Amino acid sequence: MEKKQALFTYCVRLADNAVVMAQRLCEWCGHGPILEEDIAMSNMGLDFLGQARGFYTYAATLEGKGRSEDDLAFHRNEREFCNRCMVEQPNGDFAQTMMRSFLYGCQAYLQFRSLVKSKDETIAGLSEKALKEVTYHVRHSSEWIIRLGDGTAESHRRAQDALDELWSFTDELFEMDEVDALLIKEGIAVDLNTLRAEWDQLVDEVLGKATLVRPAMKGYQSKGGIYGNHTEHLGHMLSEMQFLPRAYPDAKW
Amino acid sequence: MRSAVWEILNDIPDPEVPAISIVELGVVREVHENGNAVEVVMTPTYSGCPAMKAMEDAVRERLTEEGKEVSIRVIYKPAWTTEWLSAETKAKLKAYGIAPPPKLTFEHLHPLSSLKKEEITCPFCDSAKTSLTSQFGSTACKALYYCDACHQPFELFKCH
Repeated sequence: MEKKQALFTYCVRLADNAVVMAQRLCEWCGHGPILEEDIAMSNMGLDFLGQARGFYTYAATLEGKGRSEDDLAFHRNEREFCNRCMVEQPNGDFAQTMMRSFLYGCQAYLQFRSLVKSKDETIAGLSEKALKEVTYHVRHSSEWIIRLGDGTAESHRRAQDALDELWSFTDELFEMDEVDALLIKEGIAVDLNTLRAEWDQLVDEVLGKATLVRPAMKGYQSKGGIYGNHTEHLGHMLSEMQFLPRAYPDAKW
Repeated sequence: MRSAVWEILNDIPDPEVPAISIVELGVVREVHENGNAVEVVMTPTYSGCPAMKAMEDAVRERLTEEGKEVSIRVIYKPAWTTEWLSAETKAKLKAYGIAPPPKLTFEHLHPLSSLKKEEITCPFCDSAKTSLTSQFGSTACKALYYCDACHQPFELFKCH
């Protein structure tokens, strides 16, 4: 695999995670449990959308085939999306949304903190910006995990259910392949294995305060989001997200 | 002394916080003039800031009115920070009813550190007895606070 192809794939993967998070969080718009949280989720969705745009635009430039950020976001099929399966999981209740944001957010925080030092200047620049945003997001989601876990019997049950449900997608947050290997050697990508211990620490610290129990059994672990192997939820999500540009390909803002 | 182009740009208000200009906000990073051609280098506040397009359009429109050939380049590094806001700009925010951003500290850079110690004073009555209502507000760059002394809700320009 040549470096340019690897770089393209790497950026599309970063963008896919962001665009799927954006779509999921903005699905809450108008449905939030309270107005402030409704606004919060759209705000975070907007940050993710901006991050996706940056990485898609850069990927499209690297590819040099005349595709745009919109082509990459709206005119690829489910199997061509290479986001982690964690982010495509349905919103469920508020606890599930916050748990997804928290577990994924801790990985994203550590990843961008490393990518700030990437030898690819564009990735470093986009990551510096993304890092500030995801740091703020994790502060928000972690406070909710503690409040829900250490709250009422019902909020505790819901938070624990969300943790148990989403745990199957945690190993996959650290899955890598030859794209990563090649770019790690170049000093462009981050070796996710080096982040796992700190991720465990962050997660355990919050789960402890939240009185939630980290699943003892690893259980089934999903794999393959980065290759386009997804759970059934992504296709449904994309059908809604991509409907307009697919039904009206010439539509312009 | 800044050039005439900087002065023109300094007259363009931030579309979401019109009390300050886009230059004071820090999104205009560089201006390169070559005869009639002007290249303006800008950086967004937040990745998804929806006002970025409006700011770019305003720059293009104002400088075109002045007969300039305008090009805009967007950069991401160095990342925008509220540390770039001057004391004068912060005073303008306060006068407009928005609490200015506090100084960036280590706590802001770590996701699990609490910001509860952050002392935010009410822009209306200067009381420090304020409480956070929501980390997120009407725009990406603001949070919602409430003053427990004068009982006014207010916005904080988030430290970033």
